[in-house]
Amino acid sequence: MTVDFWEADELAAHRATARAWAEANIEPHWAEEQHRTGCHQTMELHARLARDGILAAGWPAEYGGSDVDPAFAQAIFDECAERDLHVDGWTTTSMVLHTIAHTGTEAQKHEYIPAALRGEILIALGYSEPDSGSDAAAAKTTAVRDGDTWVINGQKMFTSTAQVCSHIFVLTRTNPDVPKHKGLSLFLVPTSAPGYDLQPIHTLGGQVTNATFFTDVRVPGSALIGEPDGGWNVMRVALIYERGVSSPSRIEKTLAEDLASWAREARRPDGTTVLDDPLVAERIGRIAVDEEVGRLLGRWTNWQAAKGGIPGVEGSMRKLFFTEAEQRHFSDALDILGAEGLLAPEAPGAPAGGAFEHGFRAAVVTTVYGGTSEILRDIIAQRHLGLPRNRPGG
Amino acid sequence: MNLDFTDDQEALRAALREFFQKESPPQTVRAAEPLGFDAVLWHKAVELGLGSIAIPENRGGGGAGFVELAIAAELLGRSLAPVPLIEAAVANALLAAAAPEALVAAAVAGESLATLALHPAAGGVARLVPAGAVADLVLVLRDEELLAVRLPGRPAVAVPNLGAMPVADCPLDAGETTVLAKGPEAVALHRDAVHQWRSLTGAALVGIASRALEIGVDYVKQRRAFDTLIGGFQSVQHRLADNATALEGARLLAYKAAWAHDVDLPAAGTLSTMSLLFAAETAFTTASDSLHFHGGYGYTLEYDIQLYFRRAKAWPMVAGDRRAAYAELPHRLSGATEG
Repeated sequence: MTVDFWEADELAAHRATARAWAEANIEPHWAEEQHRTGCHQTMELHARLARDGILAAGWPAEYGGSDVDPAFAQAIFDECAERDLHVDGWTTTSMVLHTIAHTGTEAQKHEYIPAALRGEILIALGYSEPDSGSDAAAAKTTAVRDGDTWVINGQKMFTSTAQVCSHIFVLTRTNPDVPKHKGLSLFLVPTSAPGYDLQPIHTLGGQVTNATFFTDVRVPGSALIGEPDGGWNVMRVALIYERGVSSPSRIEKTLAEDLASWAREARRPDGTTVLDDPLVAERIGRIAVDEEVGRLLGRWTNWQAAKGGIPGVEGSMRKLFFTEAEQRHFSDALDILGAEGLLAPEAPGAPAGGAFEHGFRAAVVTTVYGGTSEILRDIIAQRHLGLPRNRPGG
Repeated sequence: MNLDFTDDQEALRAALREFFQKESPPQTVRAAEPLGFDAVLWHKAVELGLGSIAIPENRGGGGAGFVELAIAAELLGRSLAPVPLIEAAVANALLAAAAPEALVAAAVAGESLATLALHPAAGGVARLVPAGAVADLVLVLRDEELLAVRLPGRPAVAVPNLGAMPVADCPLDAGETTVLAKGPEAVALHRDAVHQWRSLTGAALVGIASRALEIGVDYVKQRRAFDTLIGGFQSVQHRLADNATALEGARLLAYKAAWAHDVDLPAAGTLSTMSLLFAAETAFTTASDSLHFHGGYGYTLEYDIQLYFRRAKAWPMVAGDRRAAYAELPHRLSGATEG
């Protein structure tokens, strides 16, 4: 078969049933609630996803897997996205479950995976700290062994959805006397443990993330995922699940088409349409080209992954291009709207309900999380182009 | 969806890569300046069947699809081969669709070299036609008539230009003229041919970008400054990483546009324009950065990167102002990117 860029909707067979499920189970006010509270995880929705075996789709029965078709589950998550509902807490939980499946003991797999698939355990990521982000291995939070337990002290940053999580997946330093990558360990810490606390952090896009604090928090030995001091090996697996997986096969609405339809109708005082202005049309044209390229890099990444490869370089290129372009696009979109582009969603008469203004603020974080653009460029330059490593600390 | 080439396409890629590497090294490219045409190389290409590759097999041609043509165009771009393969392919496909058999047969036999005027003729002349200095037949739209006009005295003298391209003004009253189509049919045939040219030139620019990136990467891996390889500096690495990313995107878009022509997708024209625009920016930025990383050497005629730098800018310019092309896109957007 020759090259074929036709993007068949692989989930087409499930769209109607997924839509029916969503209409029966998703409350219309949840999206507004997420917007208002800034917490990108709705627990009532989560309980329904668990109840119907959607969370458990694709997992082996011995770990609590259901016989729900993973494609149907994916179509359900597409419906959530379509309704502007985030499931960030489940996304991070799912990453950790896969990491446990690869690196945990059999007892841990049975302890955590079935409970999470039943919706009883929700896990936030605790890698970043006040003084370390991209350089995750520089974590200063400590875990010290005390008999059969470990005592954890330190602070984590950007622990998103921790408000509603039962556990934090905490990266700690267990040996300060060895090179930094060799003295790390990961723990699943219950948020009910004495000595745990959190403070909300309000962000530009409205999301409320958290700083989490660990003061003499005691966890049993069974909370250690992977070997003591072997945390970086666990992190390698965890980061693949964080960076490698790109969004589903949903046919995206494009910003260029949204802008073009608006500009075709909107009129200037002299009666011409906004799209008649070549300065506007040129920018929308650029956005359209960038979006097409971003889509293709995404399809290419998925294609490599579907063939069984680990699309480290491809996924880095996709995220780098897509997120950098997205920020330019929202900035251009606001300019194109003129003074009205200033108006926030709360303002009466904001164009597109203020969606572009909100998008502009929310897009800022995309070049940071899950690998900053700088880290991604390092990966591309060094792994793809074979240029020398340039970071002294690895 | 399938993003892998067939075995046949991979074999074509390998064969053409070897052909251009062997037959069109930088000294051949330099020797062909300023005209931008190497008659011996073109003869070899015709012998390989590349001259009539786009004409259907039952008419004596190679019967290649646009994906195969894009492979050829990309490899031509990599080596800056001074042969009008793209113009001949697009013009020949148009001849096969609309011209009397004699014109097609002459192209198949390698007796005639046709090209396409990208813009409708104004007055009695088609301005700065790509390959117009070396083709002896120009296909041109004039007053809603699609004409095939014989050009006397080819190859003509070079018209000095930035990209050392065989561009020339083509007078339309000097030679024998055949009317290929009239009215809306003529306009549609010409428009499709221009889209095909954009698509294949986009692929050629991907080739330029890929080689310009390699030249840059090779250079920064051996040049030292401040006691270290300059390829170790993040400011250098990150620009190269951006260029490598854009290159993969440009390549995907070029082959998507070519595929769209093969399957007659309504969006083929829009995708071709997008491909040309994105490949042009990618090729120019990559060649420009690569030249810059050479320091003063990049500015000398002796180093190869200047050959790529000039053509990366020049090749797409015959299509007109790219910013105007961007401004055209949103008028044709509705659903254009689906598929």
